[in-house]
Amino acid sequence: MNELMGIALPPLPAVLGQMTLGLVNGSFYALLSLGLAVIFGLLRVVNFAHGAFYMLGAFAAALALEHLGINYWLALLLAPLAVGALGVVLERLLLRHLYGLDPLYGLLLTFGISLVAEGALLQHFGSSGQTYPVPDALQGAVNLGYMIIPLYRLWVIAASLVVCLVTWFLIERTRLGATLRAATENARLVQAFGINVPLLVSATYGAGVALAALAGVLSAPVIQVSPLMGSSLVIVVFAVVVIGGMGSILGSVVSGLGLGMIEGLTKVIYPQASSIVVFLIMALVLIWRPTGLFGKS
Amino acid sequence: MSEPLLSISGLHAWYGESHVLHGVDLTVAQGEMVTLLGRNGAGRTTTLRAVLGLTGSRRGSVRVGGVETTGLAPHRIARLGIGYCPEERGIFSSLSTEENLLLPPPVGNDRAMSLDEIYLMFPNLKERAASPGTRLSGGEQQMLSVARILRTGARLLLLDEISEGLAPVIVQRLGEIILSLKQRGYTILLVEQNFRFAAPLADRFYIMEHGQIVEHFTQAQLSSKMGMLHEFLGV
Ligand SMILES: Nc1ncnc2c1ncn2[C@@H]1O[C@H](COP(=O)(O)OP(=O)(O)OP(=O)(O)O)[C@@H](O)[C@H]1O
Ligand SMILES: [Mg+2]
Repeated sequence: MNELMGIALPPLPAVLGQMTLGLVNGSFYALLSLGLAVIFGLLRVVNFAHGAFYMLGAFAAALALEHLGINYWLALLLAPLAVGALGVVLERLLLRHLYGLDPLYGLLLTFGISLVAEGALLQHFGSSGQTYPVPDALQGAVNLGYMIIPLYRLWVIAASLVVCLVTWFLIERTRLGATLRAATENARLVQAFGINVPLLVSATYGAGVALAALAGVLSAPVIQVSPLMGSSLVIVVFAVVVIGGMGSILGSVVSGLGLGMIEGLTKVIYPQASSIVVFLIMALVLIWRPTGLFGKS
Repeated sequence: MSEPLLSISGLHAWYGESHVLHGVDLTVAQGEMVTLLGRNGAGRTTTLRAVLGLTGSRRGSVRVGGVETTGLAPHRIARLGIGYCPEERGIFSSLSTEENLLLPPPVGNDRAMSLDEIYLMFPNLKERAASPGTRLSGGEQQMLSVARILRTGARLLLLDEISEGLAPVIVQRLGEIILSLKQRGYTILLVEQNFRFAAPLADRFYIMEHGQIVEHFTQAQLSSKMGMLHEFLGV
């Protein structure tokens, strides 16, 4: 039964278990690529600093707990606000001057920002990670039948799904979202209607950055909080964005979750490939559909 | 006499290095309907865009309701009470017809038409409210592009080539709509290529050539100017 055409099939619970864990990773991919998509849509900036903002979110939570006694739940609210505000400042001071130029400049600038942020924290805290405690209310584990999973990981999946859904609703179903979509198509005309587009741009960048920071806080209890935690993740997330289609909201969420699960699946079928499967898929998608699965040409 | 609602003087505008407007002088009085005519590439679209601060750079003076707009950001200029209908219509494909209609925020409290009044004037838009804006026919998109600036309370409408590329019955319907807007007291600056469309509507005419106003006359002088118009526009 566990054999198909001579290939040993892994047992079903192992497959489901890895896919569920993959969904946890996928939740982070989805949150991060969602922010990238929103930013790229309006600003046409490939925000290479996204991984650094994710890391800053986690650090903000860890430092706030250590020095100010701010608990997880408050950090979940305050860290994205603080890091988002930093994003707004950087947009106003630096990024703003690059609009209308080749998108490469924005990429280089944000890459530089991430190097500075990571370098500064490395200097101060070193590269070894800190642990962040799982909040009391989310301690424990749940038996899913095919696996026993820490409650906190289920919370990560649920919280990410809710945040993605709310973001989708805001963009696709509200007046503000309609303004954002219109500005993504033709910012000059939207401004000529009397809408303060520069403000909208700053707010959008701040919101995208805040999503990254939120992912950072969510991840703090499951990984080591360290200055370089975002730098490898952001590469995978860029692959996710390319697969979903640059700028596509739905694409980023679906491909984030889907690729997380595919990665999990690969871990049981052919573990050696699990760290490159996303890039393989990216290469195939680029050949077959250069605009991504959900992208418009 | 009170100050005109729109008063342009000595307006120069550039796209990057290319100098397109060379000292445009033009006024539109409150409640007036003025048509700006000219050949392809004369600079009429650029004039409207320069009023809103959308060209690369500009020099000279543009006053809206007595307020000097040089140095103001485009959204601030629009909030002086301007409604802009661009030449390419500017319908957003990711927005439904109704979202397109509701997009422009209030920019004044003059003559804001309610959504019901707008749907009465443009019944097609109500039927197609849920379809994506760019699924509409060319005529419907043009109607949408005009309709969405009537809700905002704008007192000055800048309309660019609204009759371009449309079937004669639709052009006729647009003519009726423009007349009724004029009767409602809107102030309109209409850029046109289609002289026959504009001729019966306008109170005054400006002719533009190479980024300058070369001729300017009233509706009453129209018949005596036909020879000149023929020369400039081939009508
Ligand atoms: N974005 C732009 N960049 C550079 N040059 C431009 C741009 N838009 C227009 N021009 C140039 O400016 C001049 C005036 O163009 P404008 O669009 O104002 O003309 P117009 O009178 O509206 O004519 P039409 O609409 O029939 O083309 C033209 O020579 C045109 O080539
Ligand atoms: Mg034009």
